[in-house]
Amino acid sequence: MDMQTSLLDRLFDSGLLIDTGVEGLYGRSGAFEDVIARFERLIDAFGGADGAEAMRFPPGMNRAHFETSGYMKSFPQLAGTVHSFCGGDADHMNLLQCMEVNGDWTKDQKATDIVLTPAACYPLYPTIAKRGRLPAKGGLYDLQSYCFRHEPSNDPARQQLFRMREYVCMGTQEHVTEFRQTWMDRGLEMMAKVGLDVTIDVANDPFFGRAGRMMANNQRDQNLKFELLIPVTSAAKPTACMSFNYHQDAFGAKWGLNLENGDVAHTACVGFGLERIALALFARHGMDIALWPAEVRKTLGYQD
Amino acid sequence: MKQKIRDILGKHGGLPVPVETLADDADLYAAGLSSFASVQVMLGIEEAFDVEFPDNLLNRKSFQSVDAITRAVSSLVGNAEAAE
Repeated sequence: MDMQTSLLDRLFDSGLLIDTGVEGLYGRSGAFEDVIARFERLIDAFGGADGAEAMRFPPGMNRAHFETSGYMKSFPQLAGTVHSFCGGDADHMNLLQCMEVNGDWTKDQKATDIVLTPAACYPLYPTIAKRGRLPAKGGLYDLQSYCFRHEPSNDPARQQLFRMREYVCMGTQEHVTEFRQTWMDRGLEMMAKVGLDVTIDVANDPFFGRAGRMMANNQRDQNLKFELLIPVTSAAKPTACMSFNYHQDAFGAKWGLNLENGDVAHTACVGFGLERIALALFARHGMDIALWPAEVRKTLGYQD
Repeated sequence: MKQKIRDILGKHGGLPVPVETLADDADLYAAGLSSFASVQVMLGIEEAFDVEFPDNLLNRKSFQSVDAITRAVSSLVGNAEAAE
């Protein structure tokens, strides 16, 4: 049995995660959710004083905004669209007959105006663009959403529906790169406080195909993405639990985000993979939260 | 070869200035070649010259200038001929 399956089995056995029969789609126990809630309060403790504007979107986004984002150019393999039955009585009969014989009843479903959110910050950019120019001090936003990525796996750290907490910064190049550096420093400090061994390394997104290979190489060459890695299922291949992304002016130009003086805004975001961080804590400290080290429990606000 | 590369740049590069105004050694990124457009140029060149860029050439440097692209394509065309 490989190590990934064994961690997943231990999570199922302890009831922390609940099997649904689909790889990467799990229920969570109250204790698991509590760890995530407590870690989010730790994030607030580090970032709260920055005065970010909080917004929460549901895990679906406007399909038109998704199309504008260019996601399908880079990650067509990960996207999930919402389709529904839009027919009449006769179509309904056909649908039921098709299901009766185990046919492909989904092929006549029609695309709705909703696409599953691929990253918590995607609904933000068109929202901010609609407001007009950014204030003089730039923009800082706090987001959290369930996100969907179609990548079935028995690695519990690679889920298809998972939560991402994000801070997004908009402003000048200096402003947003300083924001990114601040969060790299904070990330190291936070993870040390909860007893996790971490490294930060340059990274690339999983761009699709051969064109994607070049996009990935470019991203690495320009140090646009860093990840904070923590051993979850493997010490040799640690899991990215935070990412620090500098988009240059790509999102600013795409969405029409402008600074007070009219210049195109640069943007950066820092993302926390909340399930991955919880999994790293369970993998490191064990399935029983009562037995976690006192310092870790204190940081997360558990009463002893 | 250079003219063919310039034609492809004109078609796929999305440059804000005409390709003719750029010297062979001009920095295409400074001239406005975006990351995504450089990928389109790469795919256009592969099709036009019937070559495939190996992983070690799939980077920004290979598409930095008309000269750089010419060097990359020359090395690939040369390999293809040598292999025949």
